[in-house]
Amino acid sequence: MQQTQTVQDEVQSSAPAPRLGRAIVLTSGKGGVGKTTTTANLGTALAHRGARVVLVDADVGLRNLDIVLGLESRVKHHLLDVLEERVSLDEALVPGKHSESLFLLAAAQSREKDDVDTAKMKALISSLRERFDYVLIDCPAGIELGFRNAVAGADEAIVICTPEVAAVRDVDRVVGLLGNRFRPQLVINRLRPNLVKKGKMLSVEDVNAILRLPLLGVIADEPEIIVTTNRGEPLALRKETATGAAYHAIAARVAGEDVPAPMPAAPKATILERVGSLFGGRHA
Amino acid sequence: MIDFLKRLFGPSGSSTTAKERLRLVLMTDHLELSPELIEAMKRDLVDVISRHVEVDRDKIEVNFERQDSALAMLANIPILSVGRPNGNPTLVPIETVQSPIVANGSAPRVRKRRKRAAKKTAPTSAAPASAAAQ
Ligand SMILES: Nc1ncnc2c1ncn2[C@@H]1O[C@H](COP(=O)(O)OP(=O)(O)OP(=O)(O)O)[C@@H](O)[C@H]1O
Ligand SMILES: [Mg+2]
Repeated sequence: MQQTQTVQDEVQSSAPAPRLGRAIVLTSGKGGVGKTTTTANLGTALAHRGARVVLVDADVGLRNLDIVLGLESRVKHHLLDVLEERVSLDEALVPGKHSESLFLLAAAQSREKDDVDTAKMKALISSLRERFDYVLIDCPAGIELGFRNAVAGADEAIVICTPEVAAVRDVDRVVGLLGNRFRPQLVINRLRPNLVKKGKMLSVEDVNAILRLPLLGVIADEPEIIVTTNRGEPLALRKETATGAAYHAIAARVAGEDVPAPMPAAPKATILERVGSLFGGRHA
Repeated sequence: MIDFLKRLFGPSGSSTTAKERLRLVLMTDHLELSPELIEAMKRDLVDVISRHVEVDRDKIEVNFERQDSALAMLANIPILSVGRPNGNPTLVPIETVQSPIVANGSAPRVRKRRKRAAKKTAPTSAAPASAAAQ
């Protein structure tokens, strides 16, 4: 056994080592917390840095990622066409609108999550890693087969959590299921700093006191995200906005740069609030 | 007046409520005790207590209950007779050993739970109760 291992090592090291990209699954357990939005924006920001990025929509049956990226009219083939060998990978990859190094592999809309063959999915992600620096996998909600398939080929995980009891609970469960292999990192989405300040929303510290995960960054609850999703142009394309910049900071951190985790700024206290703080209690 | 202002400006507390609910719900989630494990705990508990008093092994009940801010393990151990020959002082019968498990929202990967020092419902002099619960 030991012998074979060594021989294999030698064979591998003598061949020109292909630099494999990173396969990162974005997951949350709970639905609607921002997996797809984060995948689209993080992918956009990573591609902006010059990395070759492919976004894989693993939410088979509920295709969304093409819409968020504004690519819905260009999708001709999908993940299952590739897995079931009806078309080649090149035929199915849809180039991004705004970046030459961003590609989408769409989900099948009229099929079901259970139609995905886990082993083939794994093999596909492996081959994507040979061609791209980042393979971001947009995971469906839930912890069933769809989740397992999305996770199958990944070697890292980013978990998305909103500051809500149910979301934190579900992330806790998902992280338990993932185990240590995926070294999960955390993005907190839809934080409303003014509500946190008023003691009406769980804070970043509250959430991470429970999850205890390396924090990639925090994204504000941002009305512009709805507008950009309507248009199919991820907010990360507008680096000058606070939230756009936050996605770029997260991308930098994913790429290993030592920049601080982005954190939405709390609005300045109103006069009424400042009077209120004289009487204490705000921060209880 | 100050009270009124405090109420006006004070925390609504809904994030505090959220935190508390989260802590409890996760504690319950993490408490993945299989029936086999509960049986094993019962056995260990009885073994310890049996060193001091004679208990009715067949009638032991162990339950988990959520109390205000903690999860409690409730064990009902019927005692058949007290006092053992090994020189122990006279013992008071124990009815319930209660050991609240403190909610601490521990990291999910480390499935370890901290236990607060045992609280007992039995009279304070019941030394075996604390021994058993720790
Ligand atoms: N930071 C944010 N601020 C405001 N709205 C947001 C934010 N992030 C996501 N949303 C909105 O929340 C909704 C759900 O987001 P998204 O589709 O990304 O979630 P999801 O986790 O992929 O959902 P599903 O589990 O259904 O796949 C969308 O309407 C999206 O525009
Ligand atoms: Mg989605």
